[in-house]
Amino acid sequence: MDGDDASILVMPLPIEDIKADLDALLPGVTITVEGSALRIEPKDVAAVCRALKETERFRFDYVANLTAVDYPPTHLDVVYHLYSMGQRCGPVTLKVKLPREQPVVASVTPIWRGAEFQEREVYDLFGVRFEGHPDLRRILMWDEFEGHPMRKDYVVEDQNVLERPPS
Amino acid sequence: MEPSINTAPAMETELLEVNLGPQHPSTHGVFRMIATLDGETITKLKPVMGYMHRNHEKIGEGLTYIGCFPYTDRLDYFCAMTSNLGLSIAIEQLAGIPVSERGEYIRIIMAELTRLVNHTAVTGFLLNDMGAFGTPLLYAFREREKILDLFEMASGSRMMCNYVRPGGVREDLPAGFLERCRPLVDGYSNFLDEFETLLTDNEIIRQRTQRVGVLPKALAIDASVTGPMLRACGVNYDLRKVDGYSIYPRFPFKVPLGTVGDTYDRYYVRILEMRESLKILQQALKELPQASPSMSPKGQAIGKAPRTFRPPKGDAYGRIEAPKGELGFYLVSDGSPQPYRYHIRAPSFINLTVLEDLCLGHKVADAIIILGSIDIVLCEVDR
Repeated sequence: MDGDDASILVMPLPIEDIKADLDALLPGVTITVEGSALRIEPKDVAAVCRALKETERFRFDYVANLTAVDYPPTHLDVVYHLYSMGQRCGPVTLKVKLPREQPVVASVTPIWRGAEFQEREVYDLFGVRFEGHPDLRRILMWDEFEGHPMRKDYVVEDQNVLERPPS
Repeated sequence: MEPSINTAPAMETELLEVNLGPQHPSTHGVFRMIATLDGETITKLKPVMGYMHRNHEKIGEGLTYIGCFPYTDRLDYFCAMTSNLGLSIAIEQLAGIPVSERGEYIRIIMAELTRLVNHTAVTGFLLNDMGAFGTPLLYAFREREKILDLFEMASGSRMMCNYVRPGGVREDLPAGFLERCRPLVDGYSNFLDEFETLLTDNEIIRQRTQRVGVLPKALAIDASVTGPMLRACGVNYDLRKVDGYSIYPRFPFKVPLGTVGDTYDRYYVRILEMRESLKILQQALKELPQASPSMSPKGQAIGKAPRTFRPPKGDAYGRIEAPKGELGFYLVSDGSPQPYRYHIRAPSFINLTVLEDLCLGHKVADAIIILGSIDIVLCEVDR
């Protein structure tokens, strides 16, 4: 068993540099910088993710976190946090805006296996369909469950609130 | 009439589908594996989870940021302190809260004690899964109890500590804490020596764990596996080094790495990690800043964080090296005192992605110890 005691800290990559490189690599893809994140179009998710993983300069081989945020009444954001274990850099945050009615986006599970359960969770709790996912089923709720509980407009039934009888 | 010698048709075999769990002690909680067996060999295995799901994230959206802390205790109930720490770090990133110096040291002490608790207990459970019922587990629990006593002194609770806060910790260390903690840390390596004598070169344990559940390096990275499980494959990725969060860069320690990535390596990496944690603890206990007379000790420990606050609009992803792997909290603020979105990246949930790959081709009894070596807590998996 080997040990390592060198402290190697993550090098934060300037988000503008990543955008410039992606623009050069993928003509025809619209990328905008939003705070510390990159916003991409739903149709470009697979192409951008593949470029981020396979380009020598990035090698983002590790999808640390994949989740969604609901912004009623208009849209949902799917958020990806990517790191590189090989180059110890990151994170790069990707955000994808989807319509709340019928949110569909390409699955990144064929690119990173680590997205498998996380995409199933987002499908389960938010109702986002990931096209190309090998096994898109509910994961935390049971199969017969209807609705998507993490949506802001989900009504929690039977809260068991004890109400004081009118005096 | 001619005597028939062998008229019986060739023996027919068929695959058998077996449910392991959800109510079974070997699954470490209410976890279910649907295993398809050819004889006793696993040909397919589907994990089923969610029996403990209470939608922690939805509950969090209805609470203040501080109000989420007691709930994080109940994620990984072996490691309440590190769950608290993960949320604190995410909130500090989001709201820009500085951490007091004394608070940082107390956090490191608690986080590393938690690592000892977790790795000791998981090793005990692993032996339980291998059929060594009771005795090794109780050796492990005897040591764990001593650390829980310390947690009780500091936080008032043995397991649901609710202790770390943005800016520092909830209360300063009580009188007598250090006097009890130092001998425990100094004596812990004796316990590890004793434990290792029992286990590391044990022929039965080697037979049961070596070359069982080998996780290839490339698959581990691809499947977002983190923590001791990743390092057992030889990938040098420890967030205490990589991110250097809190004051970890001040502590020289090694990152133990495995070579094969089998169940044995996962066991042994944890033992070695405990030895490194002891080094960190010894240094932290030595360097813990003294309470200065100008400020009350409690003030120094808890820092300057207000009880309720409104972080500016935006989002933050804070992550720490919890004993089970990367524990991340993704917070979105809309400027109100409650998180707009509160997401937990649970390490044991994502580490389960590779469970089927590890179990294929092994026997049922091996699947039990492979699951044990992944180190899951169902309250964290299901959230």
